Amino acid sequence: MEDTTTIEEGETNKDIEVAPALIAVHPTQKSVAVAVGSDLRIFDIEAGCAASLVDDLGGPFHRDSIRAIQYGAEGKLFVSAGDDKIVKMWSTKSWRCICTVCSEKRVTAVAISNDGLYVCFADKFGVVWVVDLVGFEGNQTLVNKKATQLLSHYCSIITSLEFSPDGQFIVSADRDNKIRVTIFPKSPLDGAHEIQSFCLGHTEFISCLAFVCARECLQSFLVSGSGDSTVRLWDISSGDLLDNCEVGIKAGLLESNGSTEQHDHAVTDICTIQDGVLLAVAIQSLQGIVLMSCNLSARTLSVAKVVSIAKETFIPTSLGTSPSSRLLWMVTGVSNLPGFDYLSFARVRVISGFDVEQEPAIIEDNKIPGGDTLLENLQGSAIIDEKIFLAAAEAVKTAMCNLLIKKQYPAEKREFRKKTRNDRKVKF
Amino acid sequence: MSETELNLTLSKSTGLPRKRFYRARAHSNPLSDSHFPVPTSPSHVDYSLHYPHYFPSSGQINSSKKIQFADIGCGFGGLLISLSTLFPETLMIGMELRDKVTEYVKERILALRLANPGQYQNISVVRTNSMKYIPNYFEKGQLLKMFFLFPDPHFKEKNHRRRVISPHLLDEYAYVLGVGGIIYTITDVEELGEWMRACLENHPMFEALTEKELEADPVVKLLSSATEEGQKVARNGGLTFQAVYRRTTPS
Repeated sequence: MEDTTTIEEGETNKDIEVAPALIAVHPTQKSVAVAVGSDLRIFDIEAGCAASLVDDLGGPFHRDSIRAIQYGAEGKLFVSAGDDKIVKMWSTKSWRCICTVCSEKRVTAVAISNDGLYVCFADKFGVVWVVDLVGFEGNQTLVNKKATQLLSHYCSIITSLEFSPDGQFIVSADRDNKIRVTIFPKSPLDGAHEIQSFCLGHTEFISCLAFVCARECLQSFLVSGSGDSTVRLWDISSGDLLDNCEVGIKAGLLESNGSTEQHDHAVTDICTIQDGVLLAVAIQSLQGIVLMSCNLSARTLSVAKVVSIAKETFIPTSLGTSPSSRLLWMVTGVSNLPGFDYLSFARVRVISGFDVEQEPAIIEDNKIPGGDTLLENLQGSAIIDEKIFLAAAEAVKTAMCNLLIKKQYPAEKREFRKKTRNDRKVKF
Repeated sequence: MSETELNLTLSKSTGLPRKRFYRARAHSNPLSDSHFPVPTSPSHVDYSLHYPHYFPSSGQINSSKKIQFADIGCGFGGLLISLSTLFPETLMIGMELRDKVTEYVKERILALRLANPGQYQNISVVRTNSMKYIPNYFEKGQLLKMFFLFPDPHFKEKNHRRRVISPHLLDEYAYVLGVGGIIYTITDVEELGEWMRACLENHPMFEALTEKELEADPVVKLLSSATEEGQKVARNGGLTFQAVYRRTTPS
């Protein structure tokens, strides 16, 4: 008994070390960032070359897998954080690290307030921390900055953190199927105590959050993706579920009777495109993306189209876009893939043509802004064997399941575990 | 369990379940993953299961009546039973993490309903981890009173985050309590008493009840007398430390 448990745990730990590649795009598409493992790669599209990151602390910027990267809404700030419990804030002008904050636990998500004054990050124990950059001008380096606790989900991994477009709320989602909407206070360093609502309805872990808001419409709505293969639309001020789209079934991945394996088609990322009525959704095992349209007056979600990627095994692990451009950036990749020599690799692809008249299509590599130079820099190596991508997608999936899905023991095993408990040894 | 076995656990004279058959551990780990069912949202809580007298069929939704008192960590249910007759028209629920204890309270309530027709229909119990799932059971501002009587003290600093009253959990309690709702805490551990008072005092959405208000509140007297744990403390002549606070609107 003892032996089997240790082996199981050993396996789990190895799988968790696998981290998916992440992508983020500057709000005006000045640069694109890709994180694979502990590697942070930034390509300056305006200059046409890789940005060289400068950190006064020296050494590697991150020592373990990066789990979250984010540009500020104004594009002046960039934040990276991850398993090494270090949060780094970069100026996007000079690509200097302006501030390094240590976290007590591994960091799982980051968010920057819309005014760029506060950086929030969430850890694996469910605590959201805040660092203030009030009075920061952009040229100096901030030393000895400390994070203070903002709010907490009770002992649950926070998977996603977002500010509402009007800056009024901070929204946090966890692996216990819960989305919490908290009023972002005037003095965040005193904590955020007033909960506006809880958005409850998902039946599995929540993996991603995004906001949709049409230009003419002042109100914004929240969209969430989950391990239950659904994308849901919420009214955050009341917490009401407005619509539930079973994207796994609609995209033809899942049989409606649920005959396929349960966690095969978890939604992994959602990205709002352009004015926010179109959503790009990444799903595990789907080679491509699902495009969803959001009807804000009717408050409904529907699958518009499945954009599949032909001729290449490409299951995106992360999506990114900038509000100004009409391009969707995708990355697939993984760090520390067991059994392969490549330490960390990634593949970047771009979809264009989200205008009404056009059909969304994959752009050829040489047509991507920045061209081959960009790809060489962001991908790390030129050409990678197809087989690895499949193995990578599988590894990412296992890691995500191990991390976010509760362990279920079969009934007989549970009974056995109970019987061997000391307090249950009944004397007759 | 066969019928004869089941009957063995009930007292012959009173028909109530006997505690010796429901021996449980004194502590339960609130941080571990739970595998009992949890309602997806407050609207998924099946009231007909808990209060069949008020909600005869499961399909019928009687939206006018909702749970208003919650006893968090209700233990063997002594407070619920005292409150039941004091507030006969208020729905209340006890939340307990230890499954054996929950079973006992369930049987106790059923036996009381049987012995006193028409009474004890407004109380029920559920096995859950209230530190994790409070928002799954109650809507915003739904509750009038919350009780935290003799909670696990968790002395080690490392384990302070397991305490049921903590600055962050108070945010969630403030969410489910309506403005004016009252939170009652009591303990026989001085250190924990100070901790709970400090947490409530420093929270922007709670204010202490005045001495006068405490005296006028009939529930306050029950805190130390109604529960099994409280009676034990009284038997041993121990001191108790209480903190009673009201939910306010943040300034």
